[in-house]
Amino acid sequence: MSEAAKRVLEVEHLRTEFHLRAGTVAAVDDVSLTIDEGECVGLVGESGCGKSTTGLSIMRLLPAVGHITAGKVMLGGRDLVGLSEPQMRAVRGNDVAMIFQDPMTSLNPTTQIGVQVAEPLRIHFGTSRKAAMDRALEMLDLVGIPNPRERMRDYPHQLSGGLRQRVMIAMALTAEPKLLIADEPTTALDVTIQAQILDLLDRLRSELSMAVLLITHDMGVIAGRADRVIVMYAGKIVEAASTPELFGTTRHPYAQALLESVPQLTTSSTDRIPSIPGHPPDLANLSGGCRFAPRCRYAEPACIAAEPPLETLPDGHLVACIHPVGLAQAAGAGAAEQPPAVEVVLEQPESLPQAPVVDAAARRSELADAPLLVEIENLVKEFPIRRGLGIGGGAASLKAISGVSLTIRRGETFGLAGESGCGKTTLGRIVAAHEYPTSGTVRIEGDELLKLSRAELRRHRSDLQLMFQDPYASLDPRMRVGAIIREPLMVQGVGNRRQQWERVAELLNEIGLNRRAVDLYPHEFSGGQRQRIGMARALALSPRLIVADEPVSALDVSIQSQILNLMKRLQSDHGLTYMVISHDLAVLRYLSDTIGVMYLGKLVELGPSASVYANAAHPYTHGLIQAIPIPDPKIERAKRSAPVRGELPSAVNPPSGCRFRTRCPLAQEICAELDPPMQVFGEGHVAACHFPLQSPTDDAPPRGITVAAPAAVS
Amino acid sequence: MTTQGSPQMPTQGTPQAPTQLPTVVADSEVATPTSVWRLAMITFTENRLALIGLIVLVLLILFSFVGPLVYHTNQVATNLINENLPPSGSHLLGTTPEGRDELGRLMIGGRSTIEVGLGVGLLATTFGLVYGAIAGFAGGIVDVVMMRFVDALLSIPYLFFVVLLAAIVQVNLLMLILVLSMVSWLSTARLVRGETLSLRTRDFVVASQGFGARARQVIARHITPNLLGVVVVNGTLKVADAILAFASVAYLGLGPAPPATNWGELISTGINNLFDGYWWQLWPAGVLIVAIVLAVNVIGDGLSDVVEVRLQKR
Repeated sequence: MSEAAKRVLEVEHLRTEFHLRAGTVAAVDDVSLTIDEGECVGLVGESGCGKSTTGLSIMRLLPAVGHITAGKVMLGGRDLVGLSEPQMRAVRGNDVAMIFQDPMTSLNPTTQIGVQVAEPLRIHFGTSRKAAMDRALEMLDLVGIPNPRERMRDYPHQLSGGLRQRVMIAMALTAEPKLLIADEPTTALDVTIQAQILDLLDRLRSELSMAVLLITHDMGVIAGRADRVIVMYAGKIVEAASTPELFGTTRHPYAQALLESVPQLTTSSTDRIPSIPGHPPDLANLSGGCRFAPRCRYAEPACIAAEPPLETLPDGHLVACIHPVGLAQAAGAGAAEQPPAVEVVLEQPESLPQAPVVDAAARRSELADAPLLVEIENLVKEFPIRRGLGIGGGAASLKAISGVSLTIRRGETFGLAGESGCGKTTLGRIVAAHEYPTSGTVRIEGDELLKLSRAELRRHRSDLQLMFQDPYASLDPRMRVGAIIREPLMVQGVGNRRQQWERVAELLNEIGLNRRAVDLYPHEFSGGQRQRIGMARALALSPRLIVADEPVSALDVSIQSQILNLMKRLQSDHGLTYMVISHDLAVLRYLSDTIGVMYLGKLVELGPSASVYANAAHPYTHGLIQAIPIPDPKIERAKRSAPVRGELPSAVNPPSGCRFRTRCPLAQEICAELDPPMQVFGEGHVAACHFPLQSPTDDAPPRGITVAAPAAVS
Repeated sequence: MTTQGSPQMPTQGTPQAPTQLPTVVADSEVATPTSVWRLAMITFTENRLALIGLIVLVLLILFSFVGPLVYHTNQVATNLINENLPPSGSHLLGTTPEGRDELGRLMIGGRSTIEVGLGVGLLATTFGLVYGAIAGFAGGIVDVVMMRFVDALLSIPYLFFVVLLAAIVQVNLLMLILVLSMVSWLSTARLVRGETLSLRTRDFVVASQGFGARARQVIARHITPNLLGVVVVNGTLKVADAILAFASVAYLGLGPAPPATNWGELISTGINNLFDGYWWQLWPAGVLIVAIVLAVNVIGDGLSDVVEVRLQKR
């Protein structure tokens, strides 16, 4: 914060309260922050910590129950808190602009994007229609929308998620605001697109010398983009420092725990990720004292006696903690090993799912001998696209899966990665027998899934279970937890009533929930607990294979690791086989033994996870791995621009030859002509590319994969 | 109560009264949940308005069915000497143009009105619920055929339909209930089908199919309970509709022949004679219709609270 830089925003002791029926809740409590011209300040924390409310308070866009009760929001010499609503309307979009997480719901579906981008100018400056449209065109070009002149007349549904977010940014920036508040701008996007959007925000920030408040839960995004970081917990700032400082020497135990619980690419499948026990406090019933104390590994009686003030440490960190990490703890060495001193922790440490520690080599050799559980051969799935009445043959079809072959061994965790729209979810649904393929075979333990009769399939279903992404949607809101877990037993007619309830109790015990949970409804549980209940239900029939579609992407990082560890423990206890589908390569790295990467309906790379991550052979895999934001400023800043360009092409008319060629930095003519064959790159590691990043070896290919003759390669 | 498991508690929940939680006695004992019906009762009775509605409905039923046993009147013979008498000691609510006692008339009119209203409400809602849920859940060609059939019936003007049916079949009360239900279930089926379409793709339904649940199990266990909120409220409106439809059918002379009557018919008589100042022929019947429609409505509200588990306090 040099003296020369102009201060854009100054928030002083902001307090925002929500007046709810249950009482008044201070969602933002005594928050102060400043942002200078051209600076990017990151605001991080778990969901419900008040980070979004801070952003909305600055915009004065709080819901009806929200009120700013104290503090100032100084922007350009004016206090926004005191402005009238009409004055505020002149500020919004003109001086401050905001972009939101979901670009689909933030754009008007009935209006052309050109008109929407021009709207702020028409409102704020009364610009003529013609001039505003010219400016909109300029803006769309600036945010990197290809062929902006043709795109001007498009409607939001005609654009992909990444393009829609670009339109949102263009809209926010048309009036050249001094401050941009970006609330989780890339959370709904794929990593490859995320990197592009973040690059764009960076570029625009320096070109327009804007101040940016970047609100996110993703430590990796913060590490790469923010100049300074503010960590919030339960409505309060707990730590603030410059980005290298914060990631280098984290002082607040919460910030430290949050950083530790992020699964990283370096976390191998035999490691354990620590998780933060318990849940954020209920803001309506605060007990006084440090708000993080009940979950803090260093907590001691002094912590619950009084709330620690936000103080500046000698090294420049602003920290609200009696015993900042690395300072006070240094005196009593080994304090980190001690369990929390305060018995306010809601879940007993032993009831928390712990991942078993396994020896990597032993596990690999064990798996190599295991029998095959799933065999997929030449699987093709096409969805016909109906236009109009749906009559008339020769209609186009969406090629979701185009010839995928793979095998999964018993006890193995198979990770399936790829951008959204690559067909990974469809593949998972076919394996779980929720969808029929157009052609190809799926064998589970040698039984061909498609040849089973309806009755046989119904019985077979107890072997195959699904685990869902959204723990709020996967449990019937009108059934109690006991009935939810018991349902599969009733459906399959396992045991009598008493035995079924015994099984329910046993399952609850396994996922670390109290038996009394049977009487409660799903809404009475937190997201992580619900995901555990979903897991218990999936386990009820002792399945052999669990297909988990994005099992943790709807959860906070601190809870993610609980679920991941639970999945690992249950696997070793019950000999489960997992097929995990995720866009998050770090999660897959942690869970999987084998990884498959899909691109536009094709499997482009397959191999043992260690080998795929260390020596990715396909440029797409490499790009995907590169695109993951890593919570380390040094690594993150060293990266050059977004590794994968452009957007996923349409699956209705996929590109000829190699499907990735339109976005591949190495593409040449042959890529458009020939579909690249699979080649071997080490034991069990194959990839389909004409110009692989590794040199092929002559190891045997994994079972079920046909490779090109070695002669044809060189 | 003894707690056997780990002392961990769900945190998001509202504070719980320990008395309503199952008691875990011995180690082999397994926690089974408290009765759903008891929880439902508690929630329903917490809605004061619904409780009042229930009391009003019971009183109206007693008035119509038990009332004539206490208050004896001749509802068969016409008596032109007594026509259009104002309320007095011998005729508490005056008399009708035919000289019958108005209060007694309201009592026997109440019987058929309540029977038709509740009967049609129940029948149309049940049938519409099942029909719509099947169409929505089955999807594809089944859905298309089932819903086009509904559309075809909806395209026939309602009154024409009722008149036609009433002309074909012999009109008694049961027949009338069936005829009115045949018109009434259509909109319920449409509503339910639309809701089912969105419920069908929800994760918990997919999960249930994933255990191998059959369609009827999924409809019974997941689709129907999640539809109840909408359907119950819709059903209470059907009751009100049916009472009014009964009145118009009776006005056209298609209802059961006099001396049978119903509240709707009494109202139309009252309206005809309003300018003669015979207020007692209109207002009591009007108040009773409003009372029963409101009562059924708030009961529906209470019932939808019962199925909306998030409102349950414990």
